[in-house]
Amino acid sequence: MTVERLTQPVLITLALVALAVFALISGLDPVLLGASIIIAAQPLLLAAIGEMVVEKSGVLNLGVEGMMIIGAIAGFAFAVESGSPWVGFLGAALAGAALALVFGVLTQVLLSNQVATGLALTLFGLGLAALIGQPYSGLKPPAFGSLDIPGLSDLPVVGPLFLSHDAVVYFALGLVIAVWLFLGRSRPGMILRAVGENHAAAHALGYNVIAIRLAAIAFGGACAGLGGAYLSLVRVPQWNEGMTAGAGWIALAIVVFGAWKPWRVMLGAYLFGGVTILQLNLQAANLTPLWLLAFGLFLFAIWRTLTSRAGPIELLLLWLGTIALGTWSAAYPISIQAQYLSMTPYLVTIIVLVVMSADRLRANQNAPASLGQVFHKSG
Amino acid sequence: MQCDGFAKGPRVTPLLSINGITKAYPGVVANDDVSFTLMPGEIHALLGENGAGKSTLVKTIYGLVRPDAGSMMLGGKAFQPSNPQAARAAGIGMVFQHFSLFEAMSVAENIALGMTSPPDRRELSRSISETSARYGLEVDPFRQVGDLSVGERQRVEIIRCLLQQPRVLIMDEPTSVLTPQEVWTLFETLRQLSAEGVAILYISHKLEEIRALCDRATILRGGKVVASCTPVEETAQSLAEMMIGQSMAAPAVHNRTPGDLALDVQSLNVKSDDPFGVDLKDISFSLMSGQILGVAGVAGNGQDELMLALSGETLVTPETLFLGRRDISVARPNERRVSGLLCAPEERLGHAAAPAMSLTDNAFLTGNARERLSWNGFIKSQVTSNFARAIIAGFDVRTPGPTALAGSLSGGNLQKFLMGREIMQRPRVLVVNQPTWGVDAKAAGDIRRALSTLADEGAGVIVISQDLDELMEVADVFSVIAGGRLSEPVKTGSISIEEIGLMMGGDASVTQQMEALHVDP
Repeated sequence: MTVERLTQPVLITLALVALAVFALISGLDPVLLGASIIIAAQPLLLAAIGEMVVEKSGVLNLGVEGMMIIGAIAGFAFAVESGSPWVGFLGAALAGAALALVFGVLTQVLLSNQVATGLALTLFGLGLAALIGQPYSGLKPPAFGSLDIPGLSDLPVVGPLFLSHDAVVYFALGLVIAVWLFLGRSRPGMILRAVGENHAAAHALGYNVIAIRLAAIAFGGACAGLGGAYLSLVRVPQWNEGMTAGAGWIALAIVVFGAWKPWRVMLGAYLFGGVTILQLNLQAANLTPLWLLAFGLFLFAIWRTLTSRAGPIELLLLWLGTIALGTWSAAYPISIQAQYLSMTPYLVTIIVLVVMSADRLRANQNAPASLGQVFHKSG
Repeated sequence: MQCDGFAKGPRVTPLLSINGITKAYPGVVANDDVSFTLMPGEIHALLGENGAGKSTLVKTIYGLVRPDAGSMMLGGKAFQPSNPQAARAAGIGMVFQHFSLFEAMSVAENIALGMTSPPDRRELSRSISETSARYGLEVDPFRQVGDLSVGERQRVEIIRCLLQQPRVLIMDEPTSVLTPQEVWTLFETLRQLSAEGVAILYISHKLEEIRALCDRATILRGGKVVASCTPVEETAQSLAEMMIGQSMAAPAVHNRTPGDLALDVQSLNVKSDDPFGVDLKDISFSLMSGQILGVAGVAGNGQDELMLALSGETLVTPETLFLGRRDISVARPNERRVSGLLCAPEERLGHAAAPAMSLTDNAFLTGNARERLSWNGFIKSQVTSNFARAIIAGFDVRTPGPTALAGSLSGGNLQKFLMGREIMQRPRVLVVNQPTWGVDAKAAGDIRRALSTLADEGAGVIVISQDLDELMEVADVFSVIAGGRLSEPVKTGSISIEEIGLMMGGDASVTQQMEALHVDP
């Protein structure tokens, strides 16, 4: 058990290293790639850490996608109208929280079904964002500069990779630390976990289950809104209808993948961000069926690593084989259609969710025990 | 039936007095003008059947329920807690029947959650160790609650209350999940607290325990106080009659001779899917037809896992389960039903019955396989409805008719229906888990008689229960499940309650003694 706990983050990091090796053999600059992975991971990280807090309080909000797209358009609109991206981010967080509270009131006060309400929230968010976004398509948002530190940001490798990002990247890192401290070390965080673990007992001890859950839901919505605004203000930066393109669903998968633990959720966000960027870059590069085979082996290696059924020697062989096959495939380039590559982030999401939920004992281990259950005060 | 005989020295002012508390829910008056007093250092029993209003009353005292009328006085001052925090601040502590603990969290975290302003971690774990040493409530503050036994969990709850120096301690059905030895340890702790002046309100329907422990008893029936007495001056019989308001029927005497082999289990091993579940280890036993096997044990020792393995919800390795001579180890639940192995699980709403479906539909759900209630995939609605009606008539289920929703029936009536549904299918082997849990005394008696009759007619019956008295009454042979292991079955009556208690706590030496006693079927 303890060995498992220690090796898992190590092996996930190893997977990230393997990604970098792939980048190198495909003729990409790993530093630039790393920096763009960090950018690509931010929306996922923000949305996932928010959703993790919501799920820790025992609520399953499947409306992340809807809250993200509302955050994207609200952030864009506020930034364009005010001329300040900061106002944009603030507006996005408020809009995300407001939409989340619609979900909160429906599920916590009116006791509607969480899964159905969450799905409805996604559909509603997508539609509403498209409506609000009509006048904004084609506009350019005000620029959101990076916080360069004179001297340090120009350092080779370390500079572009860690020290020349925008404020939101550092904010997100701070948020992960804050959530980690809040849940693990503070009394309100302990109460929130207690509510997610056993809402009837928390109620019997006199805690206000509904108010705590509403607060968590609003926080999750604000985080998802920020993530969406990061897409429309920094990553793209432009407003397109449906521009989140499933990022909310990936964020939900990351929470499960990260086993409801802040640091693992962060690693997961970077891993998925990595897959997204890699497929974009590889669409330009020449690819072969051999490469796909290498990628298949890569996924298989991740699976063996996560399920911890394999011994260390098998894992080492798997990862070495993956890297070797990847190198070989780079030597014989034949191009394949880009559509197949666009699928990969979603494919990885599905594979991860299937693998994680296939092992029932493992899936139960860290999940909040009251997750998704309706709480009703009675007696 | 007033026989107020509280005689512990001169009269002192009551610590807590309840005056005319009334609380109505839609369709039911849970408390109707309830009044009684609690003296300092008194152990006061609140006695009544399920649904008599005990839980509502204590929730009112603990600030979870606000009464419609009436008042309370605590230490001479008006007491009206608006929430549990206020009640705790005023000196009320409560140990819940279904523990209010969080399995994935540590003992110290659980205790901190139950305190209004807990000290820091180090100070807290120090005072936990101090309190647990003082009252003989051993527990490690850093262990995860999910890994603790039921007895240990209760200690956590009690320590949580004691750390706040309560003046009144409310215990809601504290012994329903303990071994007899754990019960005695608990009583020692309670007597020590009472000697220190803490008033204890003890809720139970176990009459012998109340006679052994309590100074006074207030008896509730249908939300009203019907009597108040000194338990030692009463008999269990007279207390029971006050509680249910009628005389009890004597249990049926049974003298059955076992027939052929009905169910054979050979070294059954099952790993549990639940992180806090129990793995079944090397379980072997043989059940004869016309025999009732009682399986005793503290909750969470593998009863649910055993039930799932027998019903076919978890499939087991081949050649471990035999119905007669047939290997049913990998047969699915419906195949097992067709061959005559029927089960009635513990959880009535959600597992044994679908609450939002009618009785007819529920009858179909397990009855279809054996009673052929469908034809080419279509439900034979008339036949199914008649089947449900026959169950209702045959087992005295009080309901408007077979179209009533399962969830609308009271616990006792639904349980009679569920037992009837399986018994009416003439099983070769019937497995029931906690058949009378949360069922009123009359329905419980009916269910036990029905199980006896089924065995008289030649079926093999396994009764899994935490109620030792129940098992002593119905079972022919008897075994104990502890930590996922099942002891060799012995004849009921060949061992004492004390020995059974030790085995429930997993004492190996007693298990060996038991094996020496074991009867060959």
